[in-house]
Formats: sequence, C-alpha cells, structure tokens
Amino acid sequence: MLDTIFFYLFALLVVGGGILTITRSSAVHSAICLIGSLVGVAGLYLLLHAEFLFAVQIVLYIGGIMVLFLFVIMLVNLDEAARERQFNGQWWLALACVVVVGLQIAWFMRKGAGAFKLAPAAAAAASAAKGNTEAIADALFSEYLLPFEIASVLLLVAVVGSVVMAKKRI
Amino acid sequence: MTGVPLSWYLILSALLFALGVAGFLFRRNIITVFMSIELMLNAVNLSFVAFSYQLKQVNGHIFTFFVMVVAAAEAAVGLAIILTVFKNRETLNVDEVNSLKN
Repeated sequence: MLDTIFFYLFALLVVGGGILTITRSSAVHSAICLIGSLVGVAGLYLLLHAEFLFAVQIVLYIGGIMVLFLFVIMLVNLDEAARERQFNGQWWLALACVVVVGLQIAWFMRKGAGAFKLAPAAAAAASAAKGNTEAIADALFSEYLLPFEIASVLLLVAVVGSVVMAKKRI
Repeated sequence: MTGVPLSWYLILSALLFALGVAGFLFRRNIITVFMSIELMLNAVNLSFVAFSYQLKQVNGHIFTFFVMVVAAAEAAVGLAIILTVFKNRETLNVDEVNSLKN
C-alpha cells in the first residue's frame, strides 16, 4: 500500500517534471524541472531496491550532469532566445512522429503483455543476503570487467575531447 | 515485496520516453533538445531497473550504470560543442545552425 502511494508520488514528480522541462521557455527553469524529474527517477530506483543506482543517479546525474548544464546555460546568453518562438514550425510532423512512437510502444506492450507476468524467482534470497552494491560490484568486476575498462577509456576520450573543443586555439 | 506491478513501471517509462521524443522534436533551443535526450536515457534506465528487479538479477543495474557513464561522457562533449557553436554563431537555435544543409 505504502509502495503504491510512493510510486504515484514519484511518478507524478517524473511526468510533471518532464512536461515542464519540454514546455518552459526559460532554459534555467527547464533544467530545474529536469532535476525534479531525475529526483523522481531516483526515488523509483529506491522503490525497486536499486540503492547503488539511487546514489549514482543523485551524485552523477543531478550533482554532475545537471550542474554542468546550468554552468553552460550561465555561460551562453539565452535572454533573447527565451523571448522568441520556442517551438518548431513543423510541429505537426513532430506530433505525428510522437504519436507513432507512442502507438508502437503501446502496441508492443499489449502484444507482449503475457510475458510481463513473470514468475517470482527463487533467487530472491541470494540477492537479499548480499547487499545490492556488493552484488553489483561482484558482477561488475568479474563478468563485466572489460566493458568497465572500456568505459574508463571512453570517459578519458570525452575529457580530452571536450577540453580540445572548448579551447580557443590548439 | 512491492505491490506495484512491472507494467506500471513500463508504462511510466514509455510515457517519459515519449515526452523526451516530443521535446527533442518540438523545441528549437539546442540546450532543451539536449535535456530531452537525458529524459529519454532516464526512461530507458527506468525500464532496465524495473526488469532487473522483476527478474532478480543485477545485469540491468550494470547496464544502467554504463548508460549513465555514457550519458556523462555525452554531456561533457555535447556541452563543449554547444559552447563552441554559440561562440562561433551567437545563436542556439537549431533552425539557424544549418551550414551543412547549404
């Protein structure tokens, strides 16, 4: 019961924040509403017993990426951009695309509705005995070690690339 | 055990993804377009974690973690590109950044 109430609360936060993000004309307001939406997603992670991802969502997304967004909004001058027209001229085409994507997802969900009724797995005790973070660490550093190392190289490339791009002259 | 069924999470995720697509297609400000991409990534992450919880496996968590890492890298590079575009063209309107088209 309590879970359902919290789910509705976080879902409202997620969807409301998302709607405000794509409709507010000011970029700063958009970013703040996106932070609200991300907080809602983090709360849903907590409901789904993904404590590690909850912490990563708060630290990396809200503390890292969104602060970066706000810094860039601060660096560029958006005053006149907020006053002009916010939406595309071809909005009807965009609306058609969104409706098609939504119908596709709804159709596939309806089609695969039988697959969602998954049997409660017996492995619940194994993951409960070990904490969520320990289980993730075990999988990350054994089975997924190579993707982990590749991700570190990717981050290095991103750091070097963004510095090169933001420099005036190389 | 939570009383919330998996399909609710999937519907919420689909809704969030559709919102991201709408923002990506509708808006003209390049920063808001970029934020819509983050919305879509979060929708996918949410369905990953919901399935992972349902199947009692941590693989979905790992993939979500990697998606977040890639999102961080993408944000760093993308925002650097946005800064460079703004420095060169003094605008952030995606309709006016069209030198590849001509």
